[in-house]
Amino acid sequence: MNGRATAVGVAGVSKTFRIPRQHIMSLKERALHPFKRVQVTDLHALKDVSFEIEQGEFFGIAGRNGSGKSTLLKCMAGVYRVDQGEITVAGRLVPFIELGVGFNQEMTALDNVVINGVMMGMSPREAQRRFHAVVGFAELEGFLDLKLKNYSSGMQVRLAFALMVQADADVLLIDEVLAVGDAAFQQKCFDAFHDLRERGKTVVLVTHDMQMVERFCQRAMLLDHGVVADIGDPPSVARRYLELNFEEAGEAEVTAARPGDLSHGVAIGDVWVEGQDGRRADSVGQGDPLVIRAEIESLAHIDDPEVGVTIHDESGAVVFGTTTRELGREEEPFQRGDRLSLRIALRNDLRPARYYVDCGVHEGTHRVAAFRPRATDFLVFGNRAQSGLVALEHTFELERQSDRTEAATTP
Amino acid sequence: MSSVAAPRRVRGPSAFGGGLRRTLYLTWIIGLTEYRLTYFGSALGYLWALMRPLMLFGVLYVVFSKIVKFGDDIVNYPMLLLFNIVLFNFFADASTRAVTSLVDREAIVRKMHFPGMVIPFARVLSGGMNLAVSLVAVFIFLLAYGINPRWTWLLLPLLLVPLVLLTLAVAMLLSALFVRFRDVAPIWAVISSALFYGSPVLYAIDKVPEDYRQVLMLVNPLADILEQGRRWVIDPNAEGAIAAAGGGAWILVPVALGLGVLALAVWVFNHEAPRIAERL
Repeated sequence: MNGRATAVGVAGVSKTFRIPRQHIMSLKERALHPFKRVQVTDLHALKDVSFEIEQGEFFGIAGRNGSGKSTLLKCMAGVYRVDQGEITVAGRLVPFIELGVGFNQEMTALDNVVINGVMMGMSPREAQRRFHAVVGFAELEGFLDLKLKNYSSGMQVRLAFALMVQADADVLLIDEVLAVGDAAFQQKCFDAFHDLRERGKTVVLVTHDMQMVERFCQRAMLLDHGVVADIGDPPSVARRYLELNFEEAGEAEVTAARPGDLSHGVAIGDVWVEGQDGRRADSVGQGDPLVIRAEIESLAHIDDPEVGVTIHDESGAVVFGTTTRELGREEEPFQRGDRLSLRIALRNDLRPARYYVDCGVHEGTHRVAAFRPRATDFLVFGNRAQSGLVALEHTFELERQSDRTEAATTP
Repeated sequence: MSSVAAPRRVRGPSAFGGGLRRTLYLTWIIGLTEYRLTYFGSALGYLWALMRPLMLFGVLYVVFSKIVKFGDDIVNYPMLLLFNIVLFNFFADASTRAVTSLVDREAIVRKMHFPGMVIPFARVLSGGMNLAVSLVAVFIFLLAYGINPRWTWLLLPLLLVPLVLLTLAVAMLLSALFVRFRDVAPIWAVISSALFYGSPVLYAIDKVPEDYRQVLMLVNPLADILEQGRRWVIDPNAEGAIAAAGGGAWILVPVALGLGVLALAVWVFNHEAPRIAERL
């Protein structure tokens, strides 16, 4: 917050939807009951929301389904009119509520690029000029004559994304669109966003995926039931998000062994690290075997459990993470009273530093059954000093191509 | 770092918001797309823009000229029929397709900041492109039929401007109302066929009994447009809109009526526009 200009200002914004009990009224009803008020339910989607986003910031707006985040996004994009308050935007704001708005399956890439460009506020000529940059970015040069319907879904996403990056917006508003596409594509997207940020553009990401917020955003805001629940640095917002999820779950038996521990249905007991000799260790040598152990007890029936750990460094950067689901394992449901022992063995290729282990259990893909941040920590020692997060095993060859050595050794 | 633009207030959706240029670009690109897709995939493609009115003309011509011998005493009746059908078809087609336009285009309306009226306007524009193609064919037929070109043919735009304005007005009005009342679609289907018979499309205005003739000319602006077209394009001895409406200042009544519909349409659309995205 070094006094940069405000890119987006939201001040006291409220938005209420009046939802009629019976959505579509016919004229006949109107005619027969002219004075009958339509019964409506007021849905307060946003209540006095205020915040500011600075220019060049990568800002995350998180919230669960129904928290009002999409409504907020649509108000910012000018699709909905706010009831109260004011939203100001500096420069051109381009929303991406959906990839490829206005795409027409029967038309070619060129036609679609022009249509989409005009939708985003370009003139047809400008949009046409941008065509080559767009298909270049999307890597679709060989498929220009095809109709869109003959593109694979991946190609369509690439085209849509290329349009978005090339739209020349000052403020980009992105709604979950990145959920589509594989990890490599997502990474490419975020590389592109970082690039935009370097150029002083502002990126606003709206998502329910807290991981994404933590990975990419510099600052985040949490919306809950239409009010700002938290705003600040992503890790603390992520924590608040987890807490909210628990409060919602009702009878949360939070066994606060330490502040920050969460337990709902599953208790994570002891978590420790074992060294080369199979004994508990505080420090592990570089290149040695490293074993992470944990004891888990199920306090309830847990369907589709997923158990995982992450290792991160002092700054919070995740160095390594693994879960049963990521390994493709499908675990049997936990029964109440089940005791489990976790053992993850790996070779310690970490750089010398202090590391922390988080351990967690999910039920399904979203509900957190237990989470213990910084459940244990360990120190890595060694003298393979190099830069970077990990000390990957490698060979290093540097050969001289010229024959200077030969010349020097020959008398 | 790029220079910072001054913050501007986000105004939310409206009928005309987003600037005139953007409105025009959007109307053009969406209208063009719809036009290109109208006959897409059919073997004859754009030829259908010509074939459809011609085939309808063929049917009506056989019925009214050969079977019921209706048009015998109307000068150049077949050509009048063709001309009228092309003009009326534009109005009926464009307005009918505009009714559901906002709902059809939900994907755009709910996802972009959008000057709402672009959507019904684009439908009218794509209808207008069809009309332009058809009119070229009509004039070729007129020449082939042996009607001599007259300078009054150049006045055609004076007919098309009020016709297009009226169509736009109806398109805006109906599309905005349809979002709220889905009854609008069947009601308009009935009204537009009533208008077909209530306008001098199949007949000339002098076929209408004296008592009703003036009333018809006063309450139905389409009647005035078609009758004036008959005088300028088909038969210079025809009465023309002004005389048929009762002469002199009477013509201001249908003009005022048309402008009234336009004003009402703009008001309704403007009133509804901010909430259209929420109601879809």
